[in-house]
Amino acid sequence: MSAVTVIYVVLFYVATAIFLAGLARKVYVYARTPQPLKIPTTPAPTTRAGVWMRMAREVTVFESLFKSNKWIWLFGWIFHFALLLAFFRHLRYAITPESFLWPFVSLELVQTAGKYGGYAMVIGLLGLLGRRIVVDRVRYISSPSDFLMLLLLLGIAGSGLMMTFVSHTDIVALKAFLLGLMLFDWQPLPASAPLLIHLGLVVVLMIVFPFSKLLHAPGVFFSPTRNQVDNPREQRWVAGWSAEPPTSGRAG
Amino acid sequence: MAAKFETPTLKEYIEIPHVHPGAMAESKSYAAKPEHNTALGFPGELVENWEQVAVMKLGDLVSKSRALQVFLDSCVKCGACTDKCHYYLGTSDPKNMPVARQDLLRSVYRRYYTTAGKLFPKLVGARDMTKDVLDEWYNYYHQCSQCRRCSVFCPYGIDTAEISMAARDIMDAVGVGQKYSNEIIGKVHRIGNNLGLPEPALADTLEGLEEDVKDETGVDVKYPLDVKGADVLLITPSADFFAEPHVDGLIGYGKVFHAAGISWTLSSHASEAANFSMFIGSHANLKKQAMRIREAALDLGVKRIIVGECGHAWRVAYSFWNTLIGPFDFLDRRYPVPQHICEFTYDLIQRGALRFDKSANDDKVVTFHDSCNVARASRMGDMPGGQFIIPRAVVQASVNKFVDMAPETIGEATFCCGGGGGLLTDELMEVRVKGAMPRMQALREVVEQHGVTHIAAICAICKAQFTKILPYYEFPMDMIQSVHGLVSKAIRLGPVNE
Repeated sequence: MSAVTVIYVVLFYVATAIFLAGLARKVYVYARTPQPLKIPTTPAPTTRAGVWMRMAREVTVFESLFKSNKWIWLFGWIFHFALLLAFFRHLRYAITPESFLWPFVSLELVQTAGKYGGYAMVIGLLGLLGRRIVVDRVRYISSPSDFLMLLLLLGIAGSGLMMTFVSHTDIVALKAFLLGLMLFDWQPLPASAPLLIHLGLVVVLMIVFPFSKLLHAPGVFFSPTRNQVDNPREQRWVAGWSAEPPTSGRAG
Repeated sequence: MAAKFETPTLKEYIEIPHVHPGAMAESKSYAAKPEHNTALGFPGELVENWEQVAVMKLGDLVSKSRALQVFLDSCVKCGACTDKCHYYLGTSDPKNMPVARQDLLRSVYRRYYTTAGKLFPKLVGARDMTKDVLDEWYNYYHQCSQCRRCSVFCPYGIDTAEISMAARDIMDAVGVGQKYSNEIIGKVHRIGNNLGLPEPALADTLEGLEEDVKDETGVDVKYPLDVKGADVLLITPSADFFAEPHVDGLIGYGKVFHAAGISWTLSSHASEAANFSMFIGSHANLKKQAMRIREAALDLGVKRIIVGECGHAWRVAYSFWNTLIGPFDFLDRRYPVPQHICEFTYDLIQRGALRFDKSANDDKVVTFHDSCNVARASRMGDMPGGQFIIPRAVVQASVNKFVDMAPETIGEATFCCGGGGGLLTDELMEVRVKGAMPRMQALREVVEQHGVTHIAAICAICKAQFTKILPYYEFPMDMIQSVHGLVSKAIRLGPVNE
């Protein structure tokens, strides 16, 4: 096995471990931390089913963002939708024809959509980057990490497009490498520059995910203003400090 | 007093201003005196190792609030909220953009509680807890009315009010309180209401009201205090006892109770609906203040609790009372606990129990200002959005001519009056006037297009704020009305089948 293969094998294991452990820790913290008071942003659903519907609209069509700003919504939604398409396209590198998902993933439509979704992703990301540079108030709130995050994603999308449309990678060998990773039966990684860049950036993304604003992905599901049922009069709510027996009334 | 400032000019529509860093850096509310802080259980003045105390308190608050946990991590700085705060729109100070206001605290959280902030502070915008940061907190967290307009528009529901409350809680924990809020909370603990009105003064005021109503209508409408065994305990903001136009609302509540033939009472022990402890994020004080109401209800043996016209008081009552001072199993569960006075009046109207002569208000063309804490943090009736429908229905039962302001400025998107959240103090007049700009802009539109003459509200702070602010924008100060002031004018007293 070449040195490059060894390095990438190790990187993938390290990145996956950091990604999974970091994310699991955060989700555990979110789930375990009590929300002592009811704070839904109204008009909020008065039933659990209604809350599910509200959350579904938030994560699929970005309802609140649509209300706030059509440009951010457009670029943001394009980017996320393209990400979903790319995910489905990439699944075929990680599953075998025996998988129950195979018939879906191997559809011409899914593969084509994923292929051109790459362009949509770049358009979405450039739009978001453009706002950050051009709109003075968005520029004001941006940290270096906000730019770097967009550049990282652009790098991943760009190198991916390179492989699809410019310099093809040995896809069969790549799939063997990825399946080998999962089965602990390591196979050589095709040494093409766009692929190494693409995978390298993905590794970086996995590592920063649990420590960055990308936590909005699990976070949105735990947001009390969105996931609480508006029924405080009907059902007494107590959690955390609000469930503790009364103290002397002193602050603390 | 604040330096002289210019009232914003009202344009045809709201223009999003370019950022003008530091525009409001000089606008500070008065600091609480040591006795104001200690009365609430806080250190009197800035404690010695305050940096450490502040950072510890921050960690403690975050570990006890899922909202803070999620809100401090999730912001992607997309910018969706940047043009949503009335204080930013009115002042163009970028630190009044919700995301930037949150970042005043988030930057410190990052530095001490996140890996990225510990390792690469500059890269992720993390800052040490310094005196400059504390001063910035004091300044800008007291330029937030906690109206939650930004939380409506945030894709993750991040609520600046929660962060602003936490920041104020931390400042109180190190001995840096705000005079206006802390002094008032102290008065409630000591005397029972924000204004420090003792029982005899209350009784006098109510007697005076009875005489006034008798003179005006010839009917003996009662304004009872501390009546044991009454059906209803009314909890209302103490401004209702004497301020204009608030008192017209109180007069109206009395007339509705009279017309419905329902016995009611006010309580001298719990003569205040407002709970400013929410503004400063103090859980212990929030509970202690609310507890007076449970005590009064038990002591007087009432069956129902009804809350008068006050925005954040209704939020605390609707959303937090059951948690903090419940369960209310000693009350009549056939009625919502608590019930808003508008829900109460609305139900009577629906049942045909009240008679109105709307022409009594024919000198008015009325619009309605949704108060933020009612609109975005509470409900009335049994369906989502009932808080928008019910007060309007009560207004429309009382007046012939009603017009709504532009849809994007009312309902859940309502613009704040600019004076809530502990900002209703003279030294913050510049913030209050500039923050009112978006509301005034929407008002001017209906004044010019539909001849609106009056704006009705169901919040004591909105009413007090508008009374002061309207003249800056060349509107008459008595344009602002209590919803139940309108009811009071139109309601016909005497037998229904007359």
